[in-house]
Amino acid sequence: MNYILRRIGFYLVAAWASLTLNFFLPRLMPGDPGDAIMARMQGRLTPETVDAMRQAYGLSDDPVIVQYLRYLGNLAQGQLGVSISAFPSPVTDIIFQGLVWTVLLGTTATVISFAIGSVLGMTGAWKRGSKVDSVMPPLVIFVGSFPYFWLATVALFYLSFQWGVFPLRHAYNDTLSPAFSLEFLLSVLYHLFLPALTIIVVSIGGWLLGMRNTMISTLAEDYVTMAEAKGLPQRRVMFQYAARNALLPNMTAFGMSLGFILGGALFTEVVFAYPGLGYQLITAVRALDYPLMQGLFLMITFAVLIANLIVDLLYVRMDPRVRAS
Amino acid sequence: MSSNQTLVEADIPVAPVPEERVTSVGKPRRASNFVTLILQNRKAAVGAVILLLFAIMAIFAPVLAPYDPTDYVGRARQAPSSEFWFGTTGSGQDVLSQTIYGARISLGTGLLVGLLTTVLGALVGMSAGYFRGRVDDILSLITNVVLIIPSIPLLIVLAAFLPAGFWTIVAVLTLTGWSWGARVLRSQTLTLREKDFVASAVVSGERSMRIVFREILPNMTSIVVAGMFGAINYAIGAQAGLEFLGLGNPSNISWGTNLYWAQNNAGLLTGAWWTILPSGVCIALVAFSFALINYAIDEVTNPRLRSQRQTVEILKQYDRRMRSSRATPVIRGAVEA
Repeated sequence: MNYILRRIGFYLVAAWASLTLNFFLPRLMPGDPGDAIMARMQGRLTPETVDAMRQAYGLSDDPVIVQYLRYLGNLAQGQLGVSISAFPSPVTDIIFQGLVWTVLLGTTATVISFAIGSVLGMTGAWKRGSKVDSVMPPLVIFVGSFPYFWLATVALFYLSFQWGVFPLRHAYNDTLSPAFSLEFLLSVLYHLFLPALTIIVVSIGGWLLGMRNTMISTLAEDYVTMAEAKGLPQRRVMFQYAARNALLPNMTAFGMSLGFILGGALFTEVVFAYPGLGYQLITAVRALDYPLMQGLFLMITFAVLIANLIVDLLYVRMDPRVRAS
Repeated sequence: MSSNQTLVEADIPVAPVPEERVTSVGKPRRASNFVTLILQNRKAAVGAVILLLFAIMAIFAPVLAPYDPTDYVGRARQAPSSEFWFGTTGSGQDVLSQTIYGARISLGTGLLVGLLTTVLGALVGMSAGYFRGRVDDILSLITNVVLIIPSIPLLIVLAAFLPAGFWTIVAVLTLTGWSWGARVLRSQTLTLREKDFVASAVVSGERSMRIVFREILPNMTSIVVAGMFGAINYAIGAQAGLEFLGLGNPSNISWGTNLYWAQNNAGLLTGAWWTILPSGVCIALVAFSFALINYAIDEVTNPRLRSQRQTVEILKQYDRRMRSSRATPVIRGAVEA
């Protein structure tokens, strides 16, 4: 319980840090942010938008501390400001549409990749020196060396563009409207397949190697030798004695790499024009939609923090030692 | 490691002068031992050769490249031919020359950022691990917060707000990339700090800075080096990613901008696969080499992985009849690097 409280405390600090960072981002720009944005947009802004934006940023002649408090107050009410490119829809509305797709793509790809990678690493360590064990590590290192976006681009080019096996863009067929029908769900799965596959292919190696190395270390423990000496079935030694303990460090790494995977998913979303948070972020950057950009950054950060909290809670379930201390 | 340790201990009652000589004489020899040990590993040797080739390519780019990478030398989107080995881009530049020149900025930024992040990470991590207490609490908190904020979205937002340019990218990559190394080095420093040779250095009245850099740091060379290779890899990949998204300086020639132009001059959707292939494969080969070397470092410095490899080799000679046991063999006398 104590452990959980400490973790929650840490996530609150991290959330506060990202909020504060977010507050200072527009103020990093040389000169008055309002003017700077105005200049960059080259007169494409109406006076109303500039006013709305200044208001959203809490930009005024007040001292910074007052602006900061007002900004926090706005956030507490769930106000992230108004989008410039889709004026006047609130940023929160736009973000919510993207969040669904990112969570879908991110969760599917990460869970599958983690599961397959861990199982392969586990069996590799168990059957050391076998064909699979000597071929897999170099192979996954090689595939994992390719940048996400590059692999995604090549996959899109061959599988979708040249051979037409998969759709070129978007999360579901344009002719359908979101509904809980079989047709719609199939379309979503069909559009999800290739983006998820590219993320899995690139990220699987990390899990495989991590699992293989901790498993080899765990197999050197005396209790494994003891279990073998007792004549326990091999399967039982492998899963109940070795793999259960070897999985724990991998779980910690899982939590920490979530942000990285989300970053990778961002590139994948851009290449496949998959309408998640990452795709929206790049669209916002290209349209110089600063309020939307910042709202998205906050949202992605919070998503990562919450996902980490969930991993921590799972960890407590899995490791009795954490519960005891 | 152990020889140095005993030497230092034996020197304590004497004046600090001979001890200094011992470290300065002992270190280079140990470092070269480490390098040969790593290079004997086949994976590491392959990685080192590939990296060397890329370094030569970057340094001698003006000699090796057949054309000026910015010149419009022929018709746009020509397939590879004897005249243009890798074809031409969407605006008629030579892809091969661009790929060769691209190594300069990509590798240069990678090296620079890799060094900077390693130094920053080592400073923060080792201070936290060495001073412990309040200092550690604060530094660890900062490290963990930086570690958990997703770096790529942060990179993108920072790059969008700051004025575009080479140094912006270097600064942004450094600020987001140091935390992993700091975390690893902190825990390693915490462990080493408990060792006797540090205690004896403290008792003999050495300054903290000297203990950290001359006593503790040399004992974790492999971790620092592996961390730096990881950081270089991260920097090359992240820079290419930012440039691919159009957040770099598009008039520079680098692997990332090559890919940006390949995508934005509709290279792909006209079927010009040769514009996207070379730069991506180069990034992958560099990353692969660093990963291979790191894998080898892990294998050489982790006694369990090493004994594991030795046993597999021994078992191969014996027709693998002994393979019924699954437990990792522990070679008690295995030499640590």
